[in-house]
Amino acid sequence: MTPAAPQAAGLAPRLQLIGIGKRYPSVVANADVNLSVMPGEIHAVLGENGAGKSTLMKIIYGVTRPDQGQILWEGRPVEIASPAAARRLGIGMVFQHFSVFETLSVVENISLALDENQALDALAARIEQVSQAYGLPLDPHRLVHSMSVGERQRVEIVRCLLQSPRLLIMDEPTSVLTPPAVLKLFESLRRLAAEGCSILYISHKLDEIQSLCDKATVLRAGRVTGTAVPAQETPRSLAELMIGRELPACRLEAREPAEVRLALHGLSLRAPDPFGTDLDDIRLEVRSGEIVGLAGISGNGQQELLRALSGEVLLAAPGVLQIDGHDAGRLRPAERRRLGMRFVPEDRLGRGAVPELSLAANALLTGYGAQMTAKGLIRFGAVRAFARRVIERFQVKCSGDQTLAGSLSGGNLQRFIVGREILLGPRIMIAAQPTWGVDIGAAMLIRQAIIDLRDQGVAVLVVSEELEELFMMCDRIAVIAEGRLSRAVAVAQTSVQQIGVWMSGSVAAAAAPGDHAVPALG
Amino acid sequence: MMLASPLIAALAMLLTGAVLFALMGQEPVHAFYVYFVEPLSTVYGVGECLLKATPLILCGVGLALAFRANVQNIGADGQLTVGAIGAGAVALHFPDVDGAWLLPLMLLAGALAGMAWAAIPALLRTRFHTNEILVSLMLVYVAYLLLSYLVHGPLRDPEGFNFPQSRMFQPAALLPVLVEGVRTNGAFLLALLAVAGAWFFCDRSFAGYRMRVSGMAPGAAAYAGFSEERNVWLAFLISGGLAGLAGVGEVAGPIGQLQQSVTPGYGFAAIIVAYVGRLHPLGVLLASLLMSLLYIGGETVQMELRMPSAITGLFQGLMLFYLLGADLFIHYRFKPRRAASAPAPAPAALNAATGEPTP
Repeated sequence: MTPAAPQAAGLAPRLQLIGIGKRYPSVVANADVNLSVMPGEIHAVLGENGAGKSTLMKIIYGVTRPDQGQILWEGRPVEIASPAAARRLGIGMVFQHFSVFETLSVVENISLALDENQALDALAARIEQVSQAYGLPLDPHRLVHSMSVGERQRVEIVRCLLQSPRLLIMDEPTSVLTPPAVLKLFESLRRLAAEGCSILYISHKLDEIQSLCDKATVLRAGRVTGTAVPAQETPRSLAELMIGRELPACRLEAREPAEVRLALHGLSLRAPDPFGTDLDDIRLEVRSGEIVGLAGISGNGQQELLRALSGEVLLAAPGVLQIDGHDAGRLRPAERRRLGMRFVPEDRLGRGAVPELSLAANALLTGYGAQMTAKGLIRFGAVRAFARRVIERFQVKCSGDQTLAGSLSGGNLQRFIVGREILLGPRIMIAAQPTWGVDIGAAMLIRQAIIDLRDQGVAVLVVSEELEELFMMCDRIAVIAEGRLSRAVAVAQTSVQQIGVWMSGSVAAAAAPGDHAVPALG
Repeated sequence: MMLASPLIAALAMLLTGAVLFALMGQEPVHAFYVYFVEPLSTVYGVGECLLKATPLILCGVGLALAFRANVQNIGADGQLTVGAIGAGAVALHFPDVDGAWLLPLMLLAGALAGMAWAAIPALLRTRFHTNEILVSLMLVYVAYLLLSYLVHGPLRDPEGFNFPQSRMFQPAALLPVLVEGVRTNGAFLLALLAVAGAWFFCDRSFAGYRMRVSGMAPGAAAYAGFSEERNVWLAFLISGGLAGLAGVGEVAGPIGQLQQSVTPGYGFAAIIVAYVGRLHPLGVLLASLLMSLLYIGGETVQMELRMPSAITGLFQGLMLFYLLGADLFIHYRFKPRRAASAPAPAPAALNAATGEPTP
């Protein structure tokens, strides 16, 4: 699979970092980092959350200035003063947290991010062409606010590809793609690399790095702890290089599920948004003591289904949704929480947590039922004690319960949110992308905590685009495609390949609108 | 930095003011003395300052709560006017009563009237998704006209030679003054109570927490199950009720009757006050005192230095202008636009989105 590393004899590296250091008031983000990327090389940067990967990438893209060290671009020392300067050199970056304007359309967003002015119509045509060529279907005139996280990332990738960069930085680009789409993206990346474009690839999916990357640099606590040729390593050895100790595993033991706790009896819902997905006759049962996984490409109705389950969108008929036997279709979110339903939402900032508030104040966000208020007043002692318990139990790296949620790295905040919902003692747990963008060590911790919940008899529904994760932790898996849900099959009786085919069934149907054959649904 | 910006704005306002005074042939130091020190040099002057600050505090505290919850109530002046009508109607309905229950009843009527006026934009927003800025602003002018109609018609003083005003309220319908010799009345104590209450509400109560979350992150509020409708209603009712109380303080205080106009725009000045006070009750208190001094000092310079009456509005405008400017430069960096790369917004957006620390 791995293409031969380009022969680099006598060739200057495209990018070379020498002794890069960056220090923030409370942490050292990077210290003495050396890294070199050859033309046409796909170079992985591996590391846990908070290892300094993002800071390093921001330094290369001119967002942040290093305190120490030197950057050589094609052999010449350069100062990259701004992202615009980086783009002029030929550096493009796909961010993990997307910088898009929600009220604008795809083409308007991309037009704003380009350094030269271009007619929107011509740009829209180019976007369609590039997005088709790289297998990232995108409607240039769609408004961004109606798009899911996964679809927004497509905008970012296509935006970079439009600039025909010579070095492309990709921060976890595949977390929103199906296995076939990942393969297609990899083909495109390899083609790009063959054309001479270097790629810096950040991901926590070690198998991807193995199949795609020529070289890997491993960061831990801001320092380079090693380099490797991924093809010569195993995922386990790479992971251990990254976290510096043995990889924790999660155990799933067979268990007989008990009574039905969450049931959907033919949920159909028109999406309030013209670009949303209508839900069509969704039937699902989740029992006490089992984990049901919901696989599917983002934008196939997951958002709408999750809103309907959480109560942010109320249903017309109360009996369509049952929680513990109660008709719950018309219950508001707070009432559903009182019945023991807990959620981990897809977006961390602005939904799962308020970035401007402290972790303690964010503990109150969903914990208000659990004796954290009395007579309408906040019981600060109880709130802070609970926040500290979450921080301790889930190893959230922060300076205390008064740390602002927005200052935590993505994976750290995710640990806090998952931990908060788990410690609130759910009877039903619904987790959307519980480990999205979380490094492998923390992801294992989160997965194990969810499995422990199941072993305590909680009914768990996990929505994820990572099949590997679903197969690791679920008892049964169902696939959502174009707003319809397949039957849930036992994990033992299916395979990644089969589920992958079901997921991409909708992709085939979308490509050929007349052909509505979605396999294995109903 | 966010706390420093009102101070920066006040300083810039003074500097610009000095230039303006100099241009108009005044000695700046003397002009500043007349504007900012002389009004406070007597007990009576201090009393006037507190009196003027009272409606600003009451309106400003309510608006600060509403703005924090991301509910843009621009109509406090209308709610104040209707509150004055409510209290006035009670006072005029019981012309012969001198019982101690009359004043509390007037305060209650004023607060309820302000709430009722504020309930209109709340209802329209929660029911029909109208824009509360427009609706609450337009209702201000409806309230002015309502008062004007009443003092020209039903509530006009029959012995008032057809002047558009009601008869003077009886002593029992007037708020007692705090100290002999000044005009500051009991409404000032109510205003202080409102500051303390709002502070407690914001920092300690769960309802205050819900409003803050709704303002900061509507998505998180929806996820947590905090009702957006309740947020809008609560914000409008609190700010409307406090504005109504401010109206009572005016008609049952220095004015003593219903007139064609009972406010020189306190409800609008309170918007400036709320933002200068950083939407914090204590900040609102300080900002109100400053704003009140701008009003009173403005009158002194008109009288002593023969400056035009626009001077008050000018200083208020300068204050808000510099505050917004200071806030902008705290959050954004100035970046000259190069001829080569045309659209500047992209890098700025990237910086903001990736959380680059701004200097």
